Amino acid sequence: MTLDDILASLFPDGHEVRNDNGVLAGAATLRSGGRILVIGVADRTALGVDEAIRLSAHVLKSIDRGSGPILVLVDSDSQRMSKRDEMLGLNEFLAHLAKVLIHADMHGRPTIGLLYGHSAAGALLATGLATRVLVGLPGASPAVMDLPSMAKVTKLSMTALEEKAKSTPVFAPGLSNLEQMGAVHMTWSDSTSLADQLETLLADMPAARDRRDALGKERGGRPKAADIAERVRDLALQTR
Amino acid sequence: MTAPLQHVAPAERARSTSFNEASARTRLDLLLDAGSLVEFIGPEQREVSPHLEIFDLPEQFDDGIVVGHGRLGGAPVFVAAQEGRFMGGAFGEVHGAKLTGLLRAAREIGSIPVLILFDTGGVRLQEANAGELAIAEIMRAVMEARSAGVKVIGLIGGRSGCYGGGGLIAGCCSALAVSEAGRVAVSGPEVIETNRGVEEFDSRDRALVWRTMGGKHRRLLGAADVFADDTVQDFREAARELIGLIGPFGLDRLRAEQGRLADRLRRFGACQDAVDIWTVEGVADAETVPELPADQFIALASRIGRSSRDAR
Repeated sequence: MTLDDILASLFPDGHEVRNDNGVLAGAATLRSGGRILVIGVADRTALGVDEAIRLSAHVLKSIDRGSGPILVLVDSDSQRMSKRDEMLGLNEFLAHLAKVLIHADMHGRPTIGLLYGHSAAGALLATGLATRVLVGLPGASPAVMDLPSMAKVTKLSMTALEEKAKSTPVFAPGLSNLEQMGAVHMTWSDSTSLADQLETLLADMPAARDRRDALGKERGGRPKAADIAERVRDLALQTR
Repeated sequence: MTAPLQHVAPAERARSTSFNEASARTRLDLLLDAGSLVEFIGPEQREVSPHLEIFDLPEQFDDGIVVGHGRLGGAPVFVAAQEGRFMGGAFGEVHGAKLTGLLRAAREIGSIPVLILFDTGGVRLQEANAGELAIAEIMRAVMEARSAGVKVIGLIGGRSGCYGGGGLIAGCCSALAVSEAGRVAVSGPEVIETNRGVEEFDSRDRALVWRTMGGKHRRLLGAADVFADDTVQDFREAARELIGLIGPFGLDRLRAEQGRLADRLRRFGACQDAVDIWTVEGVADAETVPELPADQFIALASRIGRSSRDAR
């Protein structure tokens, strides 16, 4: 699905979402009549300092004046890899965007990520992975790192990596692997109305508490994370 | 009256021990009040990564991170220290989950600060998806803890620096202390060079790496509020100072951060090199900053360095 198709299917009553060189910002009317804030990264754009500051500004302005949920659309490259971005403190800009989204979610503005294309590494952490519910669309292709780069780092052949990728979701790129980890909560269908699926989700939003580690355990992708976190938490609480 | 020997000796050791060269456990032993560290799920429990055997890689019984509880100047603190010598301190499933659990407990208690001794290249690639998600969970847990009143302080001075998702977690902390070796960035030098070419970033140009990502630059930019000399004692004092300075977190902080970062882009967005930024900031002979000894640099930074206090 193209971005225009997705927006039309999500918001049949119209929207005011603008794409300015890959930075999405705007709002739309839900079928229920309420408003939803929309931000995002489109056209496989790299997320650098200039893009991140505009996205966080849009959300902060809405926290001051608006209400309703926040949708984060994602079809990005990874973080922008450049001397300038790192020199200016890209880690702070990406963290700031994630913090603004997390704060909004904790204070009455539930966040939903919609991963409809590519994303990777720091760009995914600052957008989709900073939302309460991350939804995938068929054809989305997230990758923490691509297999050729991984082959270089691990000194394993592509053939060996592809073989291992079949048996374990833990390192290989792809939507279904992230779903097994608990990172992607659900995958929507692209053959029925996205507006219907959005309304269904909004009507039954999970609580704001981060349950991704429990999801990863239920789905078999992360056997240990939930239990280890819980055990450390219990031990730490005993020190009171 | 002389202090009892057991109290003098650790401080002397902390003063003469390089933070950069010490192991995670040594850092914690000397950073905290002597003998106060209690580790949660220590190496004796052998909670290793469930994924490394797929790659026939050696495991470590603590998965490269020590988390626990101790005292700093008599007051309770939670601590997490990454071991940069095990797989570059990278975040895997177990490694990350230990820090997440610690932060969740800190949120429930509300009053005990958390010190994170970063030493990491970012996501552990052999378990990339689990590591990436662990970082996302930690970022969420840091913000929930801070919202509940917890002070979360990052100490950065290890050999692996603080790269990848580690840099994003650092950006979520209430405050940071860095030493010169405390490089903070998202993409590492080799990653930029591999993807964009040596003309964009020459990873073998160590001077370029240090002035673009190193602790001095981060201190002058205001990304870190305290610059520490490379001893464990200096980081101990930095942590105590920061615990005293941090105020409550709220939306006003995020608004102030938006202003702080937007202002940085306006002022320095056209600069070609960190030396240009320091020059714009009013440092005379900016090109000599990398050679300044710690005490002279700290004096310079307290004169003209920016601050992120109340704006992060």
